[in-house]
Amino acid sequence: MNALSPGAVDCDIHPGVQGIKTLLPYMDDHWRDHMLRRAADDFDLASYPPRSPLVCREDWRPPQGKAGNSLELMQRQALDAFGLRYAICNPLYGGAVAVSDAMGSAICRAMNDWIAAEWLARDHRLRASIVVPAQAPDLAVEEIERLAPDRRFVQVLLPAAAELLYGKRYYWPIWEAAVRHNLPVGLHAGLAYRYAPTSNGWPSHHLHDYVAASQVFEDQLLSLVTEGTFGRFPTLRIVLIESGVTWLPGFLWRHLKTWRGVRPEVPWVDRPPPEIIREQVRLTMQPFDAPPDPEVVARVVEQIGSDEMLLFATDYPHWQFEGMAAVPAGIPPAVLRKAMQDNPLATYPRLQEAL
Amino acid sequence: MGKHVVAAVSELPPGSRRLATVRGRPIAVFNLDGEFFALVNRCPHQGAGLCEGEVTGLVTADGPGRYRLERPGEIIRCPWHGWEFDIRTGQSWCDPARIRTRQYPVEVTPGSTVVKGPYVAETLSVMVEEDYVVVEV
Repeated sequence: MNALSPGAVDCDIHPGVQGIKTLLPYMDDHWRDHMLRRAADDFDLASYPPRSPLVCREDWRPPQGKAGNSLELMQRQALDAFGLRYAICNPLYGGAVAVSDAMGSAICRAMNDWIAAEWLARDHRLRASIVVPAQAPDLAVEEIERLAPDRRFVQVLLPAAAELLYGKRYYWPIWEAAVRHNLPVGLHAGLAYRYAPTSNGWPSHHLHDYVAASQVFEDQLLSLVTEGTFGRFPTLRIVLIESGVTWLPGFLWRHLKTWRGVRPEVPWVDRPPPEIIREQVRLTMQPFDAPPDPEVVARVVEQIGSDEMLLFATDYPHWQFEGMAAVPAGIPPAVLRKAMQDNPLATYPRLQEAL
Repeated sequence: MGKHVVAAVSELPPGSRRLATVRGRPIAVFNLDGEFFALVNRCPHQGAGLCEGEVTGLVTADGPGRYRLERPGEIIRCPWHGWEFDIRTGQSWCDPARIRTRQYPVEVTPGSTVVKGPYVAETLSVMVEEDYVVVEV
C-alpha cells in the first residue's frame, strides 16, 4: 500500500457514458430525433470493450451498466478513498472518432454539456477535459471556444491517434486554440480504428492492441517534435494519458541519437528533442508498466531526467492496480509529491483558480 | 606548444582542406575564404576521422518547412554518424557546450619569418618569398 498525500490531483478518471440515451437530453432536436429514429447506439470506443477486464476493476464494477456510470460510486471508490483534491474527468466515447464530422461534433457537444451538468455541478472536486471531434479541427476549435469560458474544463482531449499524425499542419488550429486558452491537450489511449493501430496492419488480439498502444504515443511525439509543432507553439503542453511510462527513457535516447545524425532534415528542431519533450510533455502514471521492483522503478524515474513530467492518476475505474496501490513502489518521495500536487497544478493552471 | 608549418598558402586555396600530422597528432587545416582553421581530426563521439566527412553549409529554418542554407562551406559532418561541427570553432551543433573537437590556433606567416625560427617544418622546405600556414600545437 502506498501512503498517499492527501490533496492529490487525479489526472485521469473516467465517468462512463451509459449509452446514447444518457446524452439525448443534451442534443438538439435534429440529433435527438436522428438517434431515436435510427436506434443508433453503441458509440463505445473499440479500444475499450465494455466487458473487458481492463475496462473495470471487479470491485469497482457497478451493480448494473457500464463502468464508471455512477457518481456516488466514483465518490466513494476514488474521490474519498484516495483523498483527492481534484480529479479530471476524461470520458471515453465515440464523439471524438465518429466518421461523420457533424455527428461526432454533436456527440462531443452533448458529452461536454452532460459532464458539466451531471458531474461537475454535483461534486466540487471534479474537473473535466473538453472532448472534441478530432476528425474535424475546425469543429474542434468551435467546441474549445464554446467551453473555454467554463473554467471547470481544464484540458482538451483527443484520442491517441486520429486521421493523421498530430504534427501535421492540419491540426495547427487545435493547438492554436488550446494555447490561446492556456489549456493543455491530453492524448488518451484509444483510436478511431479506421487506420490500423500498428505500422504493419491489424493485430488479431486485444492483448496486442493494448500493449502496442505505447507505439502510437511514440509516433505522435515524434510527429509533434519533428514537424516542428512544439517549436511553433512553445507554450503548448501535451499530456499522454494511459500511455504507460517506462518506454519513455529508451525512446528519448533513440530520438536524441538519431536527431544528432540527421538534424539538417528538420532544422526547425533547434534543440535536443528530449529537452523539448521534458519541457512540453507530461504523462499520467497509470499504467506505469514496471516490474514490482522498487529499484527498477527508481532507476526509470531517474532516466526520465525530469521530476516535472509525471502526473498522478488512478485511471479509475480501469483495472491497473489492486487495492490502494495507485503508484508503483520505488518512486522517490519528492518526485511522488510533485507528481501528485505540483505537477498537476502547473500543467493545468486552471486548477489554481478559485471558482 | 610549438609553431608548426603545415602548408604553403598557395597549396591550400579557399574551400580546400589538408590533413597534417603535427607532433603525432592528426590535424585538419581548412581555408574558409582566406581564413585558416585547424581542428583535430577526431570526432569526440567515437573517434572517426572527422575532417574526412562532407563539408556543407548550416541548414536552419524560419519555422516548420521553411528551410534556409547559411554559412556555405563552414560546417563539417562526421563521416560516421553525421554529427555537425562548426569549422570556425570546433563546436558541435547538437550540443555545443559539451561536445566539441579540439581547435588549434593558426596563423599565416611569411617564409622570411619562418626561416628564422623557432618554427618547425617537418616535411616542407620553406622559401622566403612564400607565405605559410602555421599551426600552434
